[in-house]
Amino acid sequence: MIVAEQKPIQEIKAMIADHQKVLVVGCATCVTVCMAGGEKEVGIIASCLRMALRIDGKEPQMIEDCIQRQCEWEFVDTLKDKVDGVDAVLSSACGVGVQALAERFPNKPVYPALNTSFMGMPKEHGLWVENCRGCGNCGLGRFGGICPIARCSKGLLNGPCGGSQNGKCEVSKEMDCGWQLIYERLKRLDQLEKLEEILPPKDWSTDRDKGQRRMYRGDVYYEQTV
Amino acid sequence: MSKQFKDVLASGEFVITSEIGPPKGTNIEKMLHHIEILKDKVHGMNVTDNQSSVMRLSSVAVCHIITDHGGEPILQMTCRDRNRMALQSDLLSAYVLGVRNVLCLTGDHISLGDHKGAKQVFDLDSVQLIAAVKSLEAGQDIGGNKLDGGVEFCVGATATPEADNMDSQFLKFRKKIKTGAGFFQTQAVYDMVKLKAFMEYARQSDVKILAGILVLVSAGMARYLNANVAGVTVPQELIDEMAGAEKGKALQKGMEIAARQIKQIKDEKICDGVHIMAIGKEEVVPEILSMSGV
Amino acid sequence: MSEQFEPEIVAFCCHYCAYGAADLAGSMRLNYPANVKIIKLPCTGKVDIIYLLKAFEDGADGVFVVGCLEGNCHFTDGNIKAKRRVARAKKLLDEIGLGGERLDMFNMSASMGPKFAEVAREMTERIKGLCPNPLREKMKNEGGGR
Repeated sequence: MIVAEQKPIQEIKAMIADHQKVLVVGCATCVTVCMAGGEKEVGIIASCLRMALRIDGKEPQMIEDCIQRQCEWEFVDTLKDKVDGVDAVLSSACGVGVQALAERFPNKPVYPALNTSFMGMPKEHGLWVENCRGCGNCGLGRFGGICPIARCSKGLLNGPCGGSQNGKCEVSKEMDCGWQLIYERLKRLDQLEKLEEILPPKDWSTDRDKGQRRMYRGDVYYEQTV
Repeated sequence: MSKQFKDVLASGEFVITSEIGPPKGTNIEKMLHHIEILKDKVHGMNVTDNQSSVMRLSSVAVCHIITDHGGEPILQMTCRDRNRMALQSDLLSAYVLGVRNVLCLTGDHISLGDHKGAKQVFDLDSVQLIAAVKSLEAGQDIGGNKLDGGVEFCVGATATPEADNMDSQFLKFRKKIKTGAGFFQTQAVYDMVKLKAFMEYARQSDVKILAGILVLVSAGMARYLNANVAGVTVPQELIDEMAGAEKGKALQKGMEIAARQIKQIKDEKICDGVHIMAIGKEEVVPEILSMSGV
Repeated sequence: MSEQFEPEIVAFCCHYCAYGAADLAGSMRLNYPANVKIIKLPCTGKVDIIYLLKAFEDGADGVFVVGCLEGNCHFTDGNIKAKRRVARAKKLLDEIGLGGERLDMFNMSASMGPKFAEVAREMTERIKGLCPNPLREKMKNEGGGR
């Protein structure tokens, strides 16, 4: 899932301060699960903004809503009437959702209420960790199912650096050394020989380095022919 | 010293290298002084590359200055700040500027330094950087494109003899050797027992190993290293020895310890040489060497 | 602020402890400020951040949450959950500009009537030291709520 966290109220306030009527719209998928931008958080964000703006002498109107997914047109389109009636939209979705709204409602300012952080999972209740960088060329097969790109702070491919100690990373004593995890897991699986191969530099052309990535599938994509 | 570093390595002579830390700024006076003091005392001067992720004068420029002053520079290159294009380009540049030795390192993480918000690179890792040097030597870049004029470097890498995860460290060590590292400079070592254990493994290949000797300046520094620097452990008896030094004599004590260890490493033929790190106090290196009798 | 400022305070009270304590304080005829409005909850674990925020949005000058003594929650750890939510709400109040000191949490048992009275007085005194909730002033001027 996509993990995000709320921006500070003052930062959001500064973005929407000049708009009187604002639609605060949440997303009921990833950001609801990570407790950053679902229905409940929309209520909190809207309440905080109403108070902060009124202290500044404004009389804002906040309309609250939450749709199933902000990254799919069929859900985004249900917002049309509400969006027509406001001056701006504050999206508490990930960056994908914010951009979907911006694209669908070209005449309406759309602002983000969240910082989209990473792809990951809740490791424990209230603790989320990044596990995938979306590099576009998955190598988990050779690393025992633990990604060195996402979980080694330097993204090293051929083994740990000298900064690994007691299974932790030099960046923080809280952070596991990804390479130590890989090594131990492959040892347990009796597959350490997999690590002996000297890996060449990674081909980053499948990462975002070639600009916006797109994926096309002929069996399901029907180009408009009219 | 007039001999090239690679010839010294090949000669079987006890190898001595030291370190030159480029300044933060353009005032190179103190650094030139260190170069002058060291150039005839050591076989190579290792120039650090934005050491500890702190932005400084470039290691390529300083290596060039060292060759100008008649010294033998060893260019440190980390993978932190440059992608594969910049790394290769700098290797070519260093070569035409007269640099003939390169030490390939991963590099500290950007968050440990003075530009914490910078975008770190690590496009290559240290093994791949060694491979890149080898590729340039073979006359082509790592994209497979032919070069008009190649390079010839004596390539080194690093190892951490006192790491707590030696199994996985040895994995990397093996890969560095396989890729073409001809010499290794170790992380600071204080425990000769651990160093010997590491050497037992390292001696399976014929690469040259230079033991890292980091001069202690106080008991506090020793404790700091233990608490904060991965792969470095100062044994309690050395900390006690430092703590027992007379007031104002701690550096002297640290030099004594360094000299003692250098002598032991040479006399017992534990390693092929030493790499002495005095971090900003390079002027004490000649005295340490004379104390050690090497 | 004027000496006459009488703060409006909302107390979210757990049914199993604080509500009993407040009741006991009443039966014991203990004196505590009359402007503390009590809202009874089955457990402070029911306290949601939005409840706390809405209280302020609707003009409360101060809010406090009273739950069972830690380790004695009727529902195991509702009071611990409340404690964390109160901490987050305090941060939000700071960000909003109202100030986190207007909100607090206390723990007591049903037999601690005097403690309830003391807490009610303490919160009242604390809020008196601040200005009234600026949102209430604005509501008054506009003659109504949201």
